Amino acid sequence: MDGAVWILLILDATLRVATPLVLAAFAGMFAERSGVIDIGLEGKMLGAAFAAAAAALVTGSPWLGLLAGIGASVALAMIHAFACVTHGGNQVVSGMALNILVAGLAPVLALAWFGQGGQTPLVADGARFRPLHLPFADRLSDLPFPASLYSEVVSGHNLIVYVAAAAVPAAAWLIRRTRFGLRLRAVGEAPEAADTAGISVARVRYLALALCGVLCGVAGTSLSIAQNALFIQDMTAGMGYLALAALVFGKWRPVPTLLACLLFAFADAVQVRLQGVDIPGVGVLPVQAIQALPYLLTVLLLAGFVGKAVPPAAIGRPYIKEH
Amino acid sequence: MNPAAGPAPAWVGHVLVPALNLLLALAVAGAIVAAVGEDPLRALRLLVSGALGYPEAISYTLYYATNFVFTGLAVAVAFHCGLFNIGGEGQAYMGGLGAGLAALALDGWPAALAIPIAVAAAVAFGGLWGFLPGWLRARRGSHVVITTIMFNFLAAALLTYLMVEILIEPGSQAAESRTFDPALWLPFMHDVLAGLGVDAGRSPLNMAVLIALACLILFWMFIWRTRWGYEIRAVGRNETAAGYAGMATSRTIILAMAVSGALAGLVGVNEIMGVHHRLLLEFTAGYGFVGIAVALMGRNHPVGILLAALLFGALYQGGSELALDMPKVSREMVVVLQGLVILFSGALEHLFRPALERFFARGGAGEG
Repeated sequence: MDGAVWILLILDATLRVATPLVLAAFAGMFAERSGVIDIGLEGKMLGAAFAAAAAALVTGSPWLGLLAGIGASVALAMIHAFACVTHGGNQVVSGMALNILVAGLAPVLALAWFGQGGQTPLVADGARFRPLHLPFADRLSDLPFPASLYSEVVSGHNLIVYVAAAAVPAAAWLIRRTRFGLRLRAVGEAPEAADTAGISVARVRYLALALCGVLCGVAGTSLSIAQNALFIQDMTAGMGYLALAALVFGKWRPVPTLLACLLFAFADAVQVRLQGVDIPGVGVLPVQAIQALPYLLTVLLLAGFVGKAVPPAAIGRPYIKEH
Repeated sequence: MNPAAGPAPAWVGHVLVPALNLLLALAVAGAIVAAVGEDPLRALRLLVSGALGYPEAISYTLYYATNFVFTGLAVAVAFHCGLFNIGGEGQAYMGGLGAGLAALALDGWPAALAIPIAVAAAVAFGGLWGFLPGWLRARRGSHVVITTIMFNFLAAALLTYLMVEILIEPGSQAAESRTFDPALWLPFMHDVLAGLGVDAGRSPLNMAVLIALACLILFWMFIWRTRWGYEIRAVGRNETAAGYAGMATSRTIILAMAVSGALAGLVGVNEIMGVHHRLLLEFTAGYGFVGIAVALMGRNHPVGILLAALLFGALYQGGSELALDMPKVSREMVVVLQGLVILFSGALEHLFRPALERFFARGGAGEG
């Protein structure tokens, strides 16, 4: 295999891995910029993955699958909001509770509804989001490197990959350039001041968590009925936590978070291809070292050894409105 | 609030509210069982008889409870210091690694020497995995929650690497080390009891359960009867005030996290030295996360933690029996219940507690 093809394959895999990661990290950005810690990204994705697969299996429609995925994830986000915003509960405890709840509930329901252990049966192709071939991709595929980038890397992904690509600038614009985004950041940095200015802290945080739920729902859906064709127990496999790491590594800001996601996804794509490969002068690189890299980098960044990540000032603090 | 009202009696906060939260969690879980098409009351009966109905079942319940005492105490120490350690899973993993490495290295040593060394290694490795996030929090300002999550993954990557590449028994398919020298196994309780003429049936319950009991007592003494415990509680209440009072807050935070990690590391003693007798992957099986539920239900007090650990031990044991008897209810039903307990007694603790305490406080004022 020559180098150009190898690079194209890795870039292709990077986009595929990055899609749920980017969606989940941006979901976390809405929650955390509003001042609510969300370690429940994992659970929301897992819940959405199961709901999407179950709905797609029953209805045969990927769109109803997506709707169910988003619905399940938003419902979980609303439980989080009810506990943390309405009742001022501990945000980490709530996120953890939802992660554990979903990790148990999804296989319980899968067994009860489909009777195949902790997973669902295979979802038929018609009920999934299939790879889309962009115009002219076929005609350009025989051409050399710059053109093949289009046919091999840009074209041929499922719809959700393109949705994620569109969601990134949209979310960045929403957070940085709109009235809602300003309010979101205000309640995350100085809820007392925002309240004094007549902004309902609770309302903004509920909205932020609803958006968080929508994005996690799309992320989970992409796992079960776009990249795969079924739900498997624990299929998120820590991706929600990796998204959280990317969010921290990206300093809670849109563009750096996107780059962090792409970096982590790239590392994963490289890692898969490097398994057992003898690199001249280096030898066989242990895959676990590359797998551990995102977590190690995040720890180092958070500790201020490489740059400095400053979280939103009011993060984790319930806001109790005075009467 | 009515200023004439005294505080609510202690049993409201310590007994009534946790019981109510547990009842709610059971009710929601029961509704899920019913939705799945099974009889929730029959499920509860099967659960209880599967957990407590015969000697082996009780032994299994105690074996699970041993792990939950360790992880529950681990979470509680950090809670007392105002920190949320969700790295119990990784710390337990590292504890097992420490115990395993020591046991592999001490072939042929007398048990009286080797077993304490291996236990100390588990404590040291687990403690290190708590110390590092504690140090990063105290000296570099890193959020403990994020760091401990990352450390869980780092521990998993480290152990996977060691097991797959270095410690695997040559010729073995599974990523497991060779079996330890039998002299270094922690004795099973059924063997100990058989020596005393008691037939307890076979179970993984081993001498680590005695370590757990000792830890409960030591925990109480440490938190409420030592200067370190006092400082941990003071920092947990108000870090700034503790600093002004002359306490070394950074050192206290690091100490609390190291003790927390060491306690979680003892899961490795129970699992690796007591049950599996070899190093392997994924022996922690989520016990670290159960510790959060145990500490929350047990209100961070050793008595409460003991009761909550027994409860979750019974749920784990009864849950696996239940899954055998009710094919439509999977073993993960216990995980659902665990999530619900954390939700109701942790995240939604303000749902009932203030109202109930107000209600009972009024009654008390009326009597006086």
